[in-house]
Amino acid sequence: MNDKKTLRKFDTKVQYLQYKVLREVARNAFNDTLLEKVTDIPKTIIPGNTPTMRCCVYKERAIIAERVKLAMGGNRSNPNVIEVIEIACDDCPAGGYEVTNACRGCLAHRCEDVCKRNAITFDHQQKAHIDKSLCVECGQCAKVCPYSAIVSRRRPCENSCKVKAISVNENKAASINNEKCIACGACVYQCPFGAMIDKSFILDVIDMIKKSDGNRAYKMYAVVAPSIASQFTYAKLGQVVTAIKELGFFNVVEAALGADMVAYKEAEELVEKGFLTSSCCPAFVDYIRKQYPELEQHISTNLSPAATIAKYIKSTSAPCKVVFIGPCTAKKMEFQRPEVRPYIDSVITFEELQALFDAKGVDIEHLREGVLDNASYYGRIFARSGGLTDAVAQALKEQNTQGFEFNPVACDGIEACRIALAKAAKGVLPNNFIEGMACVNGCIGGAGCLTHGEKNKTEVDAYGREALEKSIGDAISVLNLPSSDKA
Amino acid sequence: MVKVTVCIGSSCHLKGSRQIVEELQYLINKNNLGDYVDLGGTFCMGKCGSDGVSVTVDGDYYALKPENVMDFFSDVIVKKIPQ
Repeated sequence: MNDKKTLRKFDTKVQYLQYKVLREVARNAFNDTLLEKVTDIPKTIIPGNTPTMRCCVYKERAIIAERVKLAMGGNRSNPNVIEVIEIACDDCPAGGYEVTNACRGCLAHRCEDVCKRNAITFDHQQKAHIDKSLCVECGQCAKVCPYSAIVSRRRPCENSCKVKAISVNENKAASINNEKCIACGACVYQCPFGAMIDKSFILDVIDMIKKSDGNRAYKMYAVVAPSIASQFTYAKLGQVVTAIKELGFFNVVEAALGADMVAYKEAEELVEKGFLTSSCCPAFVDYIRKQYPELEQHISTNLSPAATIAKYIKSTSAPCKVVFIGPCTAKKMEFQRPEVRPYIDSVITFEELQALFDAKGVDIEHLREGVLDNASYYGRIFARSGGLTDAVAQALKEQNTQGFEFNPVACDGIEACRIALAKAAKGVLPNNFIEGMACVNGCIGGAGCLTHGEKNKTEVDAYGREALEKSIGDAISVLNLPSSDKA
Repeated sequence: MVKVTVCIGSSCHLKGSRQIVEELQYLINKNNLGDYVDLGGTFCMGKCGSDGVSVTVDGDYYALKPENVMDFFSDVIVKKIPQ
């Protein structure tokens, strides 16, 4: 394995390390050697005596052992799929705004003037100090300092968690409040020490593949999220489809076809009810349930696109198992919900898919190109912020809805969702449809993506335009068929 | 009841399964055969390499092209309907 070449597939070295753990676990699981080799994995990944990441190789290996546990499913007694590896948490400073030694003790004292709480004082050298008993962490002083001498010491995990589910525990390590966490995975992507990790279900998937007996006992279906267009860019999408089949899947179906179905039904539901929020993003839906329960009645009753298409596959192609492959850690929570469990059997991320490919030695770049074409342009652009709104607008157009004015707000990221929901709860939101995406940029910003780049949106749009079907109605017309297993 | 299953997986979709489904639905309705023909879809029959869209009629496999649907309907499907 050429490590440098593999590293290029990831944004950060944390993701790469995580990938190596997943790959080793998967390799042993495919070879039926996991039971005997599991305790050797830390030493395989951290060989020798020279530490490269922490104080010593023993700590590095101890952390890898924890990562192995998470790769094998993690703590089953914790219902959350996001967990903290306490010994990997670097106990980052969390003191909030502080004056650094870049303060030159100037005369202007802009920091003092701007502080409404009178929290800034000066010592005999005119250097500023912040009285923490008065400071409310508004950050105004940092903004006005001409020397940028005031900085915020906030932990990246807490900073990334817009739903404020992360706090510091008695051991100074990060701790997740499951009552607030929506499993969006923002902390997983942001923690520079890789201490926040999503549990993996790759072992369940490998087990399903093996028990399918080459798709004879039941068929294995992979439902892939449209954001796949922005991933695995070192190969062609058709080669990725073939690679998924090489893993042992019978067929690959676009979740985007489910998105076409959802857009169509959501448009009808919106006209009927007059006000609606989308139900596609599981983290957004979870956020409403946890923070705005009074708005739960307005969540679209549609299952998510992935669950919708999985339901269709289960009804037409039984016996089968459906695995969703996407950018999303919250999907790992969603598929365990009672209304989704019958349709989706497991969920893995693109990061985990890459690990499975390499564990099995699938040489993607040299595979022939398979095809992936089920959905319309509109179903495919669900992967990026604003796409769902465009699709619902298109569905309303195709349904010739008269006298209904579509007034949507596309919320890009959970912070934007919070603002719209807060207004809706007070009855002052001017819009009649909320598109909620917990990740900034939509699914292409998901924590389970291999890469998060500027070009991702363009790639999703280009993939959308390649779709054979140009309208939602055409894409879903074949689905109006009754199930082939009836009669 | 004759059971007709059309593959709507990616490969067959690109070969025209939507046109085939729409035309079969039209022909079934036009000939009032809704009580005799059960039209269904499935994702992939594992014969993506065939020259045409995968279709089964009472379990018998056919590779069908969109331009041949009319003949296929009268020659294969209608003939399987018990008189």
